[in-house]
Amino acid sequence: MNRYFDFRQFWVLTQMHFKELIREPAVLFWGIVFPVLMSLGLGIAFSKTADSQRNIAVVDVIPNHDKQDSIAAFPAIFNHFYSKSIPEKQTKFAFSIKNKKLGNIVFNFNLLSWNEAIIKLKRGEINVIISKEDNIYKYYFDPANPDAQNSYMKLSELLNLKNIAELKSDENVSILNLPGTRYVDFLIPGLTAMGIMMSIMWGLSYGIIEKRSNKLLRRMIATPMKKHYFILSLFFVRIVMNLVESLILILFAMLAFHITIQGSILALIAVFFAGNIAFGGLAIFVSCRTSKTEIGNGLINLVVMPMMMMSGIFFSYHNFPDIVVSILKYLPLTILADSMRSIFIEGAGLMEVSTTIIVLSITGFVFFIAGLKSFKWY
Amino acid sequence: MNQDIVVKVENVFKSFKTVKAVNGLSFEIKAGEFLALLGPNGAGKTTMVEMIEGIQQPDRGKILIGGKEWKNNSKEIHQFIGLSLQETRFIDKLTVRETLNVFAGLYGLNKKRVDEVIEIVSLEEKQKAYVVNLSGGQRQRLALGIAVLNNPKLLLLDEPTTGLDPNARREVWHILQKMKNESNISLLLTTHYMEEAEQLCDNIIILDHGKILQEGTLDKLIEANGGKEIIEVTFKETISEDFPMLDTNLYHFDWDKTAQKAVLKLNDVDAGLKMFMSSIEQKGLTLSTFVSRKTTLDDLFITLTGRHLHE
Repeated sequence: MNRYFDFRQFWVLTQMHFKELIREPAVLFWGIVFPVLMSLGLGIAFSKTADSQRNIAVVDVIPNHDKQDSIAAFPAIFNHFYSKSIPEKQTKFAFSIKNKKLGNIVFNFNLLSWNEAIIKLKRGEINVIISKEDNIYKYYFDPANPDAQNSYMKLSELLNLKNIAELKSDENVSILNLPGTRYVDFLIPGLTAMGIMMSIMWGLSYGIIEKRSNKLLRRMIATPMKKHYFILSLFFVRIVMNLVESLILILFAMLAFHITIQGSILALIAVFFAGNIAFGGLAIFVSCRTSKTEIGNGLINLVVMPMMMMSGIFFSYHNFPDIVVSILKYLPLTILADSMRSIFIEGAGLMEVSTTIIVLSITGFVFFIAGLKSFKWY
Repeated sequence: MNQDIVVKVENVFKSFKTVKAVNGLSFEIKAGEFLALLGPNGAGKTTMVEMIEGIQQPDRGKILIGGKEWKNNSKEIHQFIGLSLQETRFIDKLTVRETLNVFAGLYGLNKKRVDEVIEIVSLEEKQKAYVVNLSGGQRQRLALGIAVLNNPKLLLLDEPTTGLDPNARREVWHILQKMKNESNISLLLTTHYMEEAEQLCDNIIILDHGKILQEGTLDKLIEANGGKEIIEVTFKETISEDFPMLDTNLYHFDWDKTAQKAVLKLNDVDAGLKMFMSSIEQKGLTLSTFVSRKTTLDDLFITLTGRHLHE
């Protein structure tokens, strides 16, 4: 037995944590299969130029006006793009603007009364209502809804045309298809960063709280076990699992979406470990006292949910107001995701991400020490 | 210090906020002795055991294990004791053998010892089964196996058979009795069950509110209660006055006027019952109901405190 490091104790604890982990099929699903499925779903959704559906309600604002009369009052709306006259009983029309370069836009018009239109708007089934009042088209929509804004802009452009041939040409539009500029290039490094956070936070924190709740920690410290081996071995197993999970996700993205790592692999490895250290420290801190799994759930969610929503994993956090961005960019997940993106798509090397590595590592150590200081074994 | 004494507890106090969990306890456990701490919930049994285990620190008093205090001697004491806590849940998806291997690794023991322990706790057939698939009794035997892995001189078992069915309980007792016969191990056991203390222990300490109510051998405690058998009888006749029957040297007699029930506590059932039956015949009384049972911890506790054990 080594005087300074009892390898056997560390090894039996590592085996224990590892077996516990791999024998739980749900762990493998959430850790490996789910991130791959998410990247597949989002990658396809944002890489294929699918038809853009615009759902519009056409109404008559005069109360109690007969619906068929309303329809009759609006044929001009459709004359631009709908060759046939509106059949009397028909209340739905679709019109499609074909565009190979930008993708098709399909307008779905629903002839409705005002009240019906409002109900559909509340349900999210339509997002713009138009009516013709005093020979002028009027648009009703929520300007805070970007989809409604977009529908309004496209529709108002169309309705102001004298004929369809006047539709704005897309000759001056060039599709940007350089490596690293697609949505999926933005997504994969973010998903990898989020996977590290989720795996460490749930795996470490929940594992510790559950064992404390089951009095297993209490039983184990009644042996000659060195206490820090327990935490180190749990941490070690999680890092190994994270490595496997991240590798599978990245390899999948390389094969399915032709993702490339433009920067330094060494930098990526260093950032990966720094991220694990940061969230490992946070996980120990979060789980240092409670023995109630319900409280543990709440605490872990309190840490991971805001970061998951606002650290720019799925969409850029720069869409938030500047004051919020100035806070968000210092969250550990934002730092990790940004530095991973800089390596994946901007070609960053070790020097460019060295500050990130130091900041994440120090964050981890500070929380780790604070967590250990107030750690309850029972 | 006497080498035969494995545990010495001297005037130990422990409080939690306003509750005095242990209130000046002193006792000893000798080598090879099996001692039971009996008492209701909240009597201070678990707190006392946890102080011996080193999990809690006494506010005052001294605890010596193998002649040593926990402070500065934790490594030696960990090797000296083996323990089983109330309700430890081991990892569900580890097998019995793997669980024992983990603890053996923590003690620096080899696989041969794991084989021995699996045999000691009779889990040979279940050694490859996941913990989650074990019955309550098998899990308790696993906990016992872990407790004895390091060949401890002192075994501390906190309610080892609570929640087990009678068969599983007897299996655990059988293992402990075998250990008692084959080694010089000492045992400190906390329990609610009188029968458990009776089956396993040489000495019993009855605790209430952190204090010793009574201690001694089972015979001595039962003597204090009046006898190890209890007979409860009612009569067809209504008896309005105090029952004109006194204690004899063969039984201790109580008459509950409200319930119209007579309670006899006796050791020699044959002689005592003959004398009682002849006495009621002389008085012209006729038995209505007759119930005979063993003295329980609850009976002892009522005698000592006037309260039921689970009140």
